[in-house]
Amino acid sequence: MDSKQRSNYVTSIADNHLILGQRLGELCGHGPNLETDIALTNIALDLFGQTRSYYQYAAQLDDAFASEDAVAFLRKEHEYHNVLLVEQPNTHFGFVIGRQFLFDAYHLLLLEQLQYSADATLAAIAQKAIKEVRYHQRFSSDWLKRLGDGTEKSRKKMQEAIDALWRYTDELFEMTPIDQLAVDAGIGVDLHALRPMYYQKISEVLEEATLVLPETNYFQKGGKQGRHTEHMGYLLADLQYMQRTYPNMDW
Amino acid sequence: MTTTEKPNIQEHLVSILESVADPEIPVLSVLDLGVIREAVEVEGMVQIKLSPTYSGCPATDMMASDIKAAFAQKGKKARVDLVLAPAWTTDWMSEKGKQKMEAYGIAPPLEPLADKEALLGNQKLVKCPQCGSTNTHLVSQFGATACKALFQCDNCQEPFDYFKCLK
Repeated sequence: MDSKQRSNYVTSIADNHLILGQRLGELCGHGPNLETDIALTNIALDLFGQTRSYYQYAAQLDDAFASEDAVAFLRKEHEYHNVLLVEQPNTHFGFVIGRQFLFDAYHLLLLEQLQYSADATLAAIAQKAIKEVRYHQRFSSDWLKRLGDGTEKSRKKMQEAIDALWRYTDELFEMTPIDQLAVDAGIGVDLHALRPMYYQKISEVLEEATLVLPETNYFQKGGKQGRHTEHMGYLLADLQYMQRTYPNMDW
Repeated sequence: MTTTEKPNIQEHLVSILESVADPEIPVLSVLDLGVIREAVEVEGMVQIKLSPTYSGCPATDMMASDIKAAFAQKGKKARVDLVLAPAWTTDWMSEKGKQKMEAYGIAPPLEPLADKEALLGNQKLVKCPQCGSTNTHLVSQFGATACKALFQCDNCQEPFDYFKCLK
């Protein structure tokens, strides 16, 4: 695995966090109540912090990127390799919690492996992030249970979100050629190995939330190859606006 | 992953670092917070290793520039590098720092097990910094910043921040 491929691997991990952080950031000032608003934006902030660590490293590895900002803001849609799950919109609060819950369970499993990466920088980022993501998972699981095991209306809406988002879960475990190269080099995570643990974990929490495990064999994929859902373009227009309007702007 | 190693800070740099406050919790110095992992002067250049509390903590950049400014005032040049491993833990906070934090109105972090029980709402262990009662309850796992949770005292009714244990 050469350093450009390594850079691509690091970027593909971080893209998930950037895009999910952007979705959560949209809720800043729009959360259902003050505490939830603050919690969701705090989670976004953690994700952006992790994204910066990954992108800074990716930029070091690949001369094609001048800076972390160039990685984050100046790519085209098909150059982002995030999974489809994280770009799904904040349709209602059930979707926000459902998307977070389905991602957090994956994120924690990924970091638990990545902290043993033979790549010292990746391992360090993972060791730091894992402490933060444990809080994210606790938050999203608690809300999932509260809404699922709540009123008739909250349960219905939570189930609706899980049913709608379920089709994006399998993609989390898809291995791209870059993922495979990273595993072979001892720096990456074997995603196939995480799949059974993931579904085991989330079905336990869904059961506790009195929600029904969706029975579907249809899974939508493509994000990892840069083929995104319709929502992605709008998200990027928002995300990239400042950097494209005022090139090289800085805070 | 050792998290208890003592930071390497040269004696003559301590007083300058003590003058640099955490921008979010101004009663704490960067030394109280335990984010300085190394401070050594080599050929007129002070080299600092700073371990951020949380990955996305907006105070990190500010701390780095405040540190450089504090050394510049003393006629010294300083360079601040971020180090991620080993990851920062609330164990690195000084005892003096935890006392100052409580006096300032923020409940300091508990031990990991107690912290978990408190954040799950199983046991009432977090002490209200206003009245000292442990008859308190969790309002939100995320408070004013990612490192804190929001609590309320059921004795004096005051809401307060609790600095979460990170280990």
